[in-house]
Amino acid sequence: MSKLDKTAALIEDFHSLPLRERLTLLLEFSDNLPALPARYADHPDLLERVEECQSPVYLFVEVDEAKDVHLFFTAPAEAPTTRGFASVLHEAFDGVSADTLLAASPDFPDQLGLTEAVSPLRMNGMRAMLARIKRQVREKTA
Amino acid sequence: MPVAFDPAKSIAEYAHPEALVTTDWLAANIGTEGLVVLESDEDVLLYETGHIPTARKIDWFTELNDAVVRDYLDGEGFAKLLSGKGVKRTDTVVLYGDKSNWWAAYALWVFKLFGHEDVRLLNGGRDKWISEGRELSREVEFVEPSEYPVVERNDAPIRAFRDDVVAHFGSPLIDVRSPLEYTGERTHMPDYPQEGALKGGHIPSAKSVPWAMAANEDKTFKSLDELKSLYFDFAGIKDGDDVIAYCRIGERSSHTWFVLTYLLGLKNVRNYDGSWTEWGSLVGAPIVKGEEPGIAPAPKR
Repeated sequence: MSKLDKTAALIEDFHSLPLRERLTLLLEFSDNLPALPARYADHPDLLERVEECQSPVYLFVEVDEAKDVHLFFTAPAEAPTTRGFASVLHEAFDGVSADTLLAASPDFPDQLGLTEAVSPLRMNGMRAMLARIKRQVREKTA
Repeated sequence: MPVAFDPAKSIAEYAHPEALVTTDWLAANIGTEGLVVLESDEDVLLYETGHIPTARKIDWFTELNDAVVRDYLDGEGFAKLLSGKGVKRTDTVVLYGDKSNWWAAYALWVFKLFGHEDVRLLNGGRDKWISEGRELSREVEFVEPSEYPVVERNDAPIRAFRDDVVAHFGSPLIDVRSPLEYTGERTHMPDYPQEGALKGGHIPSAKSVPWAMAANEDKTFKSLDELKSLYFDFAGIKDGDDVIAYCRIGERSSHTWFVLTYLLGLKNVRNYDGSWTEWGSLVGAPIVKGEEPGIAPAPKR
């Protein structure tokens, strides 16, 4: 499966569910957000805070020698929606090439069909995460 | 008939202790006839991760706001919402939530726009309940719909619109946002999208009292003396003053509105829910940048 299909598959997963169950799926993503590896867990200073989110969520982007992107997030258990957003972005973009990531639509968060269930303001947080990821990738591939 | 008030000593000193309950009281009263517990969080999924037993969820964003216009539900919408949650007009409603009850206070303020008589906050909110190791449940019980009457919203006593702010100049304004929002230092950088206003700063003459200064570490409200010192001595409010509080969209300032109204007992406190997202984008609206409150323009009535 090409990497771009992953966003399409996620969009389909969410749209195949009625509104209420989309929240349940988001909660499952939230529960499954990978923990930070020790190199970041021990160095919170390396992480970038996403100011646009009401809850403290931090992210870090690595670009490896093959120009593939690796994503790391941390957000507290008391912020399941934010964790869910981070986890969906991780599922969609962890391991893709830098070019694929930079080409991803900034509207991907809106295409998940969550806006009605979650509210547009909350979706801003997810868009902001994606924008910050792209900026970090640009900085690291410049 | 309202459920008996919480006589706890820890809340008795406030002007209206009947607007608060303690976690002890709630634990002992869960299941009491006529008591409805509602959770209102910033995070739309938090309730699902576990809530106080019997609590129902109310979401400030997807439920209390109008879906199209920037406004709250109308009387019919509120009646439909509360009927669906099985709330009766005579019920005692206890609200609690995350972040020191920030969002629960917001929901309480909306309930008061519709004049629901008996609404109380759980002092310390969700965090205190959890930190005390009390029971959480993931169970969502079926509720029998009630027949909540259609009551039209009455904004005037507790809600300020932008023209009310202009007419209010010269009386106390409280800006409850963070210090950087108040001074207007928060800058926009490329790829740092911000939802917010076009301009930074604060409404002239507004004193900066970040909302969370009214809360203790354990999320309960500060003592009466501490609150008096904060709002009377520091912010210069006098007993009998009309006060308007604002933040970004009116949620954090609901917390301050609750403190000023129910804990300190001020009679004319309004929440300007248009707040900075409106004022900071209004053409020609006066703005002050920096740490000083600035001078109030002449009021326009």
